[in-house]
Parts: sequence; C-alpha cells; structure tokens
Amino acid sequence: MKAPNHGLLAAFTSETSFRSAFQNLREAGCVRLEAYTPYPVEPGVLPGATTPMAWIMLLAGVIGASGGFFLQWFAARDYPVNVGGRPLNSWPAFIPITFELTVLTAALVGVLAFFCLAGFPRLHHPVFADPRFKRASQDRFFICIRADDPLYASESVRRILTEARPESIAEVLA
Amino acid sequence: MKSPVAASPASPDEALIAPGQTMESVTRTISDIPLLHPYPRFWWTGFVVAFALVLLLLASIAWLFTRGIGIWGVNVPVAWGFAIVNFVWWIGIGHAGTFISAILLLLHQTWRTSINRFTEAMTLFAVACAALFPILHLGRPQFFYWLLPYPDSMGLWPQFRSPLEWDVFAVSTYATVSLVFWYVGLLPDLATMRDRAATRFKARVYGLFSLGWRGDVRHWVHYQKLYVLLAGLAAPLVISVHTIVGLDFAIAILPGWHSTIFPPYFVAGAIFSGFSMVLTLIIPLRAVYKLQGLITARHLDLMAKVMMTTGWIVIYGYVDEFFNAWRSGDIFDRFVDVNRAIGPYAGYFWALMLCNVVAPQLLWSRRLRHNVAVLFVVALLVNVGMWIERFVIVVTSLHRDFLPSSWGMYHATFWDYSTLAGTVGLFVALLFLFLRFLPAISMTEMRRFVASGKADP
Repeated sequence: MKAPNHGLLAAFTSETSFRSAFQNLREAGCVRLEAYTPYPVEPGVLPGATTPMAWIMLLAGVIGASGGFFLQWFAARDYPVNVGGRPLNSWPAFIPITFELTVLTAALVGVLAFFCLAGFPRLHHPVFADPRFKRASQDRFFICIRADDPLYASESVRRILTEARPESIAEVLA
Repeated sequence: MKSPVAASPASPDEALIAPGQTMESVTRTISDIPLLHPYPRFWWTGFVVAFALVLLLLASIAWLFTRGIGIWGVNVPVAWGFAIVNFVWWIGIGHAGTFISAILLLLHQTWRTSINRFTEAMTLFAVACAALFPILHLGRPQFFYWLLPYPDSMGLWPQFRSPLEWDVFAVSTYATVSLVFWYVGLLPDLATMRDRAATRFKARVYGLFSLGWRGDVRHWVHYQKLYVLLAGLAAPLVISVHTIVGLDFAIAILPGWHSTIFPPYFVAGAIFSGFSMVLTLIIPLRAVYKLQGLITARHLDLMAKVMMTTGWIVIYGYVDEFFNAWRSGDIFDRFVDVNRAIGPYAGYFWALMLCNVVAPQLLWSRRLRHNVAVLFVVALLVNVGMWIERFVIVVTSLHRDFLPSSWGMYHATFWDYSTLAGTVGLFVALLFLFLRFLPAISMTEMRRFVASGKADP
C-alpha cells in the first residue's frame, strides 16, 4: 500500500534537542528516519554511518596514476626519441604528469561519486513542500519520520516527538 | 539556538569572531551581500573600472592575434618577457587560496573558515589570468591543443619529459581541482541562498546550482569525507604546481636559473605573494561591506605572520643564489648576480629588495602589524615586489647569458603593459561578479563555528 504522506516533519531550534529527539526515536525502534541539519553535526547522529568515498577515490587515483604513466610510457615507444642512448622509459621524468593525472582523476571521480551517492541533482523532494523547511539550510534542525516506517502510525512514537518540544510539527505529502 | 560565541574578555582582539554572533546572524550578514546588493555605488564603480580594463585586454589580444607576438618587447635573447613574468606572478597569487583552504584545513587551523571561500575564488580567477599568458605567448595560439596528448594524424606526441609540458598538466589540473573544490564547498551555501532568495527567479537559479541540497545527515557523511579528501589531494597539488613552474627555470642550463633552490623557493614565493594579495583585497572589502565581525583583526594578524614567514624563506632563496654563485666559482653564475645588482636592470633589483626584503620587516612590530593601513601598504608592496622578482629572474638571466655577442636588452611595449593591466582588470571584474552573486564567506562553516561555541571546535 502506498502511503499518501511522505512523513512527519519536526523542526528543532537547537542541536541538543534535535539530537536527543533523534536518539529517542531510534531507541524506540524507528528505522526510516531522515534528519536535516544546517551544518555537519559532530559526531554524526547516525552511529556506524559509513561512506565508500575513500575507497572510490583511492581506486580512481590508482587508475589515474597507472593510466597517466602508461600514456607517457606508450608515447615514448610509439615515437622514440633517442637522446644519446638514454633509456626510452625515462620514468623519473614521467612522475610529475603521473601525479597530476592521479589527482585529477581522483578529484573528478570523487565528486561524481558523491553526486551518485546523494542522488544529485534532485531538485524536487517532498520535504521542500513545507515552507518551514527553508530554515533547514539556515538555523533549524529537522527530523522526518517517514510514512513507510513501521512505527509511523504509533502513538508512542508521536509522543516522543511531541515531548521533545519541536518548534513545529507537520505532515508532508509524498 | 546555541549560546552565541563569547569572546574571551582578556584578549578581545584575539577573537576569530565578534561576540554575539548567532547562526542566524552570520547567515544573514553573509547572504545579504549578494541578495540585497548593498553599497551599489562602490560595486558599480569598481566593476566598471575593471570592465574597462577587460575591454583593453580584449583589444590587446585582438591586436596580438592580428599582428603576432612582435607587438610585444620580446626578442632574441629575451624570448620570454612579460608573458612568462605575468604567468608566474598570477599563478603564484593563486596559491594562497588552496593553501588556506586545503593545507590549513588539514592542519585544523580554524581561522581559515572566514577567508577560505574568498581566497578560493581568488585562486580560480588568478589561475584564469595566468593560463592566458602561455597560450597568448605561443605565437600560433590556435594550435594550443597540440600541447595535449591526442591521437593526431601526424603520429606525434607532446614531449612528456619537458617541464613546459608538465606545466600544461599541472596548471589545467590545478584549475579543474580548484574549481571542483570551490563548488563542492559552495553547495550547501547555494542551498541557503536558494532558501533566502526573495524572488522566484533567484531561488530557481540558486536552486539549480545547489542541485537540490537539503542538508540530509546521510549526505553530510559523504560530503565531509569528500571535502577532506579533496583537501588532501589539493595540498600536494598546490606544492606540485609551483614546483613545476620552478622547474621550468631550473632545468634550463641558463646561469641564474639552473639551481636546485628554485622549486622550494618558488613555492614559498607563491604563498608569500598569495597572502599579500589576500590582504590587499580583504582589507578594503571588509571595511566596505562591514565584515569586521567575521574577518577580525586576528585574521589579519595571522595572515601577516604567514606572509612574514614565507617572506623569510624567499629571502633565504635570494641569499642562497648569491652564496652558491660565489661558492661554485662559476664565472657565469657570478656574473649574473653582479649584473643583477649593478647592471642595466639594477633599478628593478633594488626595488625588489625594498619591496620583498625591507618592507615586510615592518611587520615585526605588533603595533604596525595591527595598523590596517600599514599592513595594506606592505601587502601592496609585496605584490609589486613579487612581480619584479619574476621580471628580474626572467629578464636579467636571459639578456646576458654566456657569449657577449649574443647579449641584448628587453624593453616592454605598450601592448605588454596593456595586457598586464587587462588581466588585472579581468581578475578584479571576476571578483566583483563573485561578490555580487555568491556568498563570499562560507555560511555553513561559520554556522558550525558559531554553534561549536568556542574558538577551537
């Protein structure tokens, strides 16, 4: 059954009350929670949240490095220039470009991977429908219990949210 | 709302942010500059003057393409001239941005927060100005793509063993990675701009560029990892770029260039000139836009200290050049240094000593360092000094090398000066556009800084 709502969106004015509400909801068993903050909160509210970013960028860097070196090694054979019998594979002279291509590949792939992981660009999202959500990028902290959470309709969960004294609380449509 | 940052009462001017700032106030102060466009008279005056110089640049380039590089003062033996002097000067200025945003981030220097966005923008625009010069200097700029490796019908490859080819990769990588780093940093701020924009049109344009950022905590996890990794990549990159520019000179056998001190001395010189340019720009801008609460006296003090430190590394480079010329006993090396000090370009050499060696020593005094007018003048002199330094390195080494029969003189022409002035205009015009449309200070990082409730989170 498709839920008509995206979820229940609550706004908090302080990081502390946001944190404790989020923690209580997780302990109560909510699994489909979304949280929005105006700056990266430390430590993160999601324990064990990991990101594959480092591995992706490492792999991209290795590909950039080997590709960059291969390019120069190949060119040195494809169009050999014999300078007094010096070796064609003059690898120390190939290091700067290899390094630059490592950095370039890792950076560009890293950004593209971030866009994929975050699902960007995505200009529309149900939470944007709430006019108060404009402050999520300024000075408010938001928690959204998604409608597909098994505890979405549970009274006790709603009580936890209300007792955390959010500034506002509203249903957002899907 | 978290408690506002309280400055320690013992040392009010040591604070990195004025007391009483909140998340809301920093966001408003910073986003109002592009959204409300305060001080339009200042903005329009500055932009129009800069844009006039951009037109001069376009005219100079058009004339250059029509007549060739003979309109410049370059000749044999001085084949490099202003084009390379300006290239090295601009790319050096670009180094402060990445230094501040990447290296200081990795070193947990929180004072970078108020200035990193602005200096990253400065980097991009300086690199854009720098990248023009080698292309204009090619003689046949329409064939610039011959520098890139591509399967061409002639079966040729670029010379990958040449530092000039390394430059192509270093500068283009640096420009690309700086742009990416800057844009990733801007992403959450573009969302703030979207949400604060008063008109639907502005909200849509900012919204488009923010890609739909909504501050999801899951996104922040990826984002922060990406940001710190990009910083980790940019930090050695910035060192590599000016190292390679230094190698352009060091690998040549010319006396006065052929020296192992060049790469480190160029990197220090780049950061030296970059910080002086940041100070030259930030001191008037923070006064006009009343940002003293966010860019405080302590920021200026720290930047002045970085400038002094790198200045002393540069002085070490100067001393080392003279010492090695004397110590090596090489008559050509000795001649170059004597010729610099008392030859036909001696005026430039002594102006360089005054600007880069003497002037920054004023900043030893805490009182003078905290006087913005003095700091501004010193920073301006260092900018000029660093330009003269590159002029001295390029021209005095080339104009009298080994055989007196191949000596010559270099005189810059009107078109040399107009191109230099034109790129200054391009740089300033781009900065004005940046101030007009984008938040010049990272609102996200300032909010985190304020919310942390202390100077060192």
